[in-house]
Amino acid sequence: MTNILSFVIVGHVDHGKSTLVGRLLYDTDSLSSDKIEEMRKRSTELGHDIEFAYLLDHLEEERVQGITIDTTQVFFKSKKRRYVIIDAPGHVEFVKNMVTGASQANTAILIIDAAQGVQEQTRRHAYILSLLGLRGVTVVINKMDLVGFDKCQFESIEKDITDFLNRIDVHVNVCIPIAAKTGDNVVSRSNEMNWYKGPTTMEALDAVEIDIRRDSATFIFPVQDVFKLDDERVILGTIESGSIRENEYVSVLPTLQKTKINKLKVFGREIAEASAGESIGVITQAPVFLDRGMVLVNDENDVVCSDTIQAHLFWMHPKSYALGDKVDIRIATQEVRCVIEMVVKKINSSTLELINAAEAEIKNLEVAQVKIKTKKAVMYKRFQDNQGVGRFVLVRDGSICAGGIII
Amino acid sequence: MTKTLDHLSRLENQSIFIIREAYSQFRNIAMLWSIGKDSTTLMWLVRKAFFGKVPFAVLHIDTGYKFKEIYDFRDTYAQQWGINLMVVKNDEAIAQGVCPKTGKFECCNQLKTEALKQTMDKYKFKALYLGIRRDEHGIRAKERVFSTRDEDFEWDYKNQSPELWDQYKTKATHEEHIRVHPLLGWTELDIWQYILRENIPIVSLYFAKQGRRYRSIGCETCCSPVASQADTVEKIVEELQTSTISERSGRAQDKESAYIMQKLRSLGYM
Ligand SMILES: Nc1nc2c(ncn2[C@@H]2O[C@H](COP(=O)(O)OP(=O)(O)OP(=O)(O)O)[C@@H](O)[C@H]2O)c(=O)[nH]1
Repeated sequence: MTNILSFVIVGHVDHGKSTLVGRLLYDTDSLSSDKIEEMRKRSTELGHDIEFAYLLDHLEEERVQGITIDTTQVFFKSKKRRYVIIDAPGHVEFVKNMVTGASQANTAILIIDAAQGVQEQTRRHAYILSLLGLRGVTVVINKMDLVGFDKCQFESIEKDITDFLNRIDVHVNVCIPIAAKTGDNVVSRSNEMNWYKGPTTMEALDAVEIDIRRDSATFIFPVQDVFKLDDERVILGTIESGSIRENEYVSVLPTLQKTKINKLKVFGREIAEASAGESIGVITQAPVFLDRGMVLVNDENDVVCSDTIQAHLFWMHPKSYALGDKVDIRIATQEVRCVIEMVVKKINSSTLELINAAEAEIKNLEVAQVKIKTKKAVMYKRFQDNQGVGRFVLVRDGSICAGGIII
Repeated sequence: MTKTLDHLSRLENQSIFIIREAYSQFRNIAMLWSIGKDSTTLMWLVRKAFFGKVPFAVLHIDTGYKFKEIYDFRDTYAQQWGINLMVVKNDEAIAQGVCPKTGKFECCNQLKTEALKQTMDKYKFKALYLGIRRDEHGIRAKERVFSTRDEDFEWDYKNQSPELWDQYKTKATHEEHIRVHPLLGWTELDIWQYILRENIPIVSLYFAKQGRRYRSIGCETCCSPVASQADTVEKIVEELQTSTISERSGRAQDKESAYIMQKLRSLGYM
């Protein structure tokens, strides 16, 4: 059980995300006895039946209003493996919190209220998932008790959502009728819906394979910092992809200088080789100048180094972007000034309607295909070829206001 | 060949990335060391991140009500690891008689939050490392890895900025400081398994004596031990894999009211 799957639960406000999380925890015996007691007590204090959502919604405002404001992460385990569940808020006002949660997930559950069907945030969240690079989702149709466990109602919503997801290139792993409140088809099989033969939610999650990154084998090492250790200059960073050995030669981007890796350093042990995911120190042959934001690669022909980027981005700040505004783009540890030079197209993130791209701004919650011009050349790859250097954020006044992927 | 990292190694590498990320942005950062298992694990990771050095000030908030074992442990390892230790105390409040008996909320707020505030002001620290974890307490599950506090130290938990992948809110504007949480994604079990793997020294209060041990340590006055036979790290790991009692159940602050932790934290408590 060395692997952990992290998944995010997204969907329209009140469709039952927090309840589903609570139920998953409860039915897998993942809750401590004092937490269950606390939940009972708080539920009665505020005059409700047992509310599983209380397990997740910890802010006073969240419990009193019955909505999730910010994303939460909780841990649990099934018989098969460990999980991190990310509960994301459904309210449109808190989309940035949903994005924060979803960007940490390996996979997603999209939840839809059986009585209400597909709604505005159902579609928006699904679209955001696709922009974050999540390609497969598990759909659960919740509150089946409210529609008399009706098969036709289930199938009609299943069709709606599948059509929508197909349009945005997201694959449906499976679509499951559930009632989170009573636990039907969450961990145990429902007695009310014998017409459904597929997996329960827990079985569906256990079947998800952790996406093994199919990044190319090129060694990519974004420089994070330079640390003076006694009289050595140690280059700090985390290997984004590929691997490296001592005495190999690398290129420095964007300057295109060549240098040799004299030594690899990790505290407390000797290493001669390091690979993707490892946070290491590197000592290069003098005298190249290295600083944060430069990137070491072993094959400069396998990466792009340019001042023009084609991308899809999602704007998530109330203050719109006006064409020509200067912001900072960050790709791994690179950070440079940039402008969005051209909007190729703009899309409403819920209806998928095309918005007049000639409009000189990108507003909150709009998705746009853009051409970005950076002040200096930056190193990147297409997202489909390398996740770490294929995605970016735009930063204004120290805060992230958009995120996107390079196409 | 790219090898796949095991779970603890992945956590370790990510935490080192976060520690270095914060240090590259803020050279005037400090770290809070409560001497508990989490912040001692954090110290271990800091030493790994900087090859055995701790390149910034380490603060110990001393309410005067800590266990003797804590003071001893602190002094031994501060010296052994070459730490620039600063002991932080709100002398004025202590002189005025603030203590657990005069009210726990006020005591925590004055002797911890206020004390820290005074030190941050005095030394103009722009950022602070803390060893909090999401699974400790519901309100902590809402935290970001980089989390801002305004000039009054308050946490605007209803309006946090987004955090995408491994891109964090950085550069605090002049009126705020940033809390950095490198252990946010670790669980209590991960911590103990890592302590076991790395053989990290840990204060003896965590190990059972006469059938009781502390699962969470703070002030002597507000912590009570839990029933346990676990007197080694191995046994603690084993105990956690079967326990159904939550970690902070021995902590007084968490019990008094459902939202006391939220209020303390929104005012700048750790
Ligand atoms: N009848 C019925 N009610 C349910 C079911 N699941 C959830 N609910 C109720 O639906 C309401 C909303 O549930 P939550 O879990 O808070 O919804 P949410 O999606 O987390 O809401 P936000 O996080 O604010 O977007 C609560 O009153 C739940 O009790 C179900 O299966 N059947």
